[in-house]
Amino acid sequence: MLEDLILTVLMTSVPLVYAATGELIVERSGVLNLGVEGMMLMGAVSAFGIAMVSGSLVLGVIAGGLAGMLTAALFGILVLGFATNQVATGLALTIFGAGLSGLLGAPLIGHAIEGLPVLRIPFLSELPTVGKLVFSHDLMAYGAVILVAAVAYFLKRTRAGLVLRAIGDNHDSAHALGYSVLGVRFMAVLFGGLMAGFGGAYLPLMLTPHWAEGMTAGRGWIALALVVFASWMPWRVLVGALIFGGITIMQLAGQARGWTIPSQFLSMLPYLATIVVLVLISRNREFSLANSPACLGRAFHAGK
Amino acid sequence: MKHLLKGIAVGLAALAVSTGAAMAEPLKVGFLYLGTPGDHGWTYAHELARQKVEAHFGDKVETTFVENVPEGPDAARVTRELANTGHDIIFGTSFGFMDPMLKVSKDFPEVKFEHITGYKRSANMATGNIRFYEGRYVQGIVAGMMTKTNKIGYIAPFPIPEAYQGLNAFAIGMREANPDAEIMVIWANTWEDPVKEADAAKVLVAQGADVMAQHTDTPAMLQIAEKAGLHGFGQASDMKKFAPNAQLFSSVNDWSHYYIEKIQQVMDGTWSTGEGPDHWAGNTWKGMADDYLVLSAFENMPADVKAAAEKAAAKIEGGYNIFTGPIKDNKGNVVVKAGEALNDGTLWSDIFFYAEGIQGEMPG
Repeated sequence: MLEDLILTVLMTSVPLVYAATGELIVERSGVLNLGVEGMMLMGAVSAFGIAMVSGSLVLGVIAGGLAGMLTAALFGILVLGFATNQVATGLALTIFGAGLSGLLGAPLIGHAIEGLPVLRIPFLSELPTVGKLVFSHDLMAYGAVILVAAVAYFLKRTRAGLVLRAIGDNHDSAHALGYSVLGVRFMAVLFGGLMAGFGGAYLPLMLTPHWAEGMTAGRGWIALALVVFASWMPWRVLVGALIFGGITIMQLAGQARGWTIPSQFLSMLPYLATIVVLVLISRNREFSLANSPACLGRAFHAGK
Repeated sequence: MKHLLKGIAVGLAALAVSTGAAMAEPLKVGFLYLGTPGDHGWTYAHELARQKVEAHFGDKVETTFVENVPEGPDAARVTRELANTGHDIIFGTSFGFMDPMLKVSKDFPEVKFEHITGYKRSANMATGNIRFYEGRYVQGIVAGMMTKTNKIGYIAPFPIPEAYQGLNAFAIGMREANPDAEIMVIWANTWEDPVKEADAAKVLVAQGADVMAQHTDTPAMLQIAEKAGLHGFGQASDMKKFAPNAQLFSSVNDWSHYYIEKIQQVMDGTWSTGEGPDHWAGNTWKGMADDYLVLSAFENMPADVKAAAEKAAAKIEGGYNIFTGPIKDNKGNVVVKAGEALNDGTLWSDIFFYAEGIQGEMPG
């Protein structure tokens, strides 16, 4: 029983890990994209539509990622090409994504598909407890952990990661050194869109295999909060997503067990926890700013 | 964010309304929708009913609908816009449109207003609702007979009278069929969040529930039940497609009878909001007997359960009051005495209790 609950926590965290890790890369390059929710919705509707029509979940996942990336490209062109305000453009992207996904998804209402299958590993999946908790997931869940590891390695150990961080911290110096600030940022924005699309795709492909308008229900915003929560460190995103998922599931389980705490308060808990951690992190200025990209949200003009 | 989005939608919709061609002949009927028919639940049911209105009256009516109307001041603007553009009767299909519509109704005495699921009225604003709880009583009986673990999962929306009516009717039915069964309730505090509903369902399954009911709008719970090889009930529209092996039946809302009846009354000049001490006198609150609430086919259950469900449905259609005493709460206190029953008025005020069989404490 406890195993089932933990399994639920892991699954509910997966889309957050994808979307937040993608946004982490975007922000590390110095761009603030508040449109995660919109990109996730575009990913979700495309993934479901393609999976339903083609019957292939893999194609669905790919379509979800590409749709997120395409939505992000729009953001990138506006913000990087025309140097529009990042906050306003990001908000507009969320509204745009919500509206367009609703329009595209209208014919998909009322249809269901089979969800992603669990990957059975011979022998390992049969182990007691560990088999169920560690070796009985779908491909995307394993992918989430691999993604975090890869992003952590990329940022810390690779030259390209160093360039990305340099651009996020001081775009003028990076430009003076000859790096293409806008080029790198555009790639980062595309990557962020791809990951948000994957995260969105996980909802209708795995968590609840149907499409409903606005089905992300604010998870894109949680992903954004997680990036700050994680103080721009990849592994902390994973931890944060698990904490968030854990509290979400705990409050549901608590209700089912008849805990005498108002359900409204329990529903609020995950968000409250996020705020508390944000306050705790922000108290220590050195700590909170250590990894914070100095150029976050600032437009870059090559001429100056 | 959602409000901003809705604001834009309202602006566009209002524009569409004001530029719409105004034919003098047909009766103009306006609808305010909370969401879009894309919810495949609440608003979808209203949209189906609107289509039936058009099919029924043909070119004798002209209907207008405005989607994504936010509850609050924007609803007043949309209502006013509809009234200004010559609509003869306006249906507001969400609880939160009540006060805005009430306000506007006083400025347009010649226009008829119909508010759904609320309780406030004026000289030209009436109230309409469906007895959703009747279907839940039948669900309770079926759940009580189907469960092997004696644990039933129930996903509730917000702690409002309508939700308590449904939950308690379910518990009363369940205990009539199976005195040992218990209900685990999760208040989702949302009408529509498929991922949260799915999470709640998984948690209920993990805690041993083998039959689940829901008052939230999406088929997420049924999909979890299907995957786990368990059973559940659908909400607002028939959700069989999502869970062909798990769905026992759905309680389906059919608003078309109400719309057609009211529009006909306006045409005939007999429309009224009624009078009388009983809260619902003159207004509309009908259920299974009048096909406002329709139960989809009883499936995936043994013959004896199906027979019991049919019997219970017939009993309700015959006018049986589910809230007839004695009814005890889950602490053993008598809340409705033997020989007494909750009437339509007290169903909205004296309903705040957990009937026998519901575990835990009431929220707030």
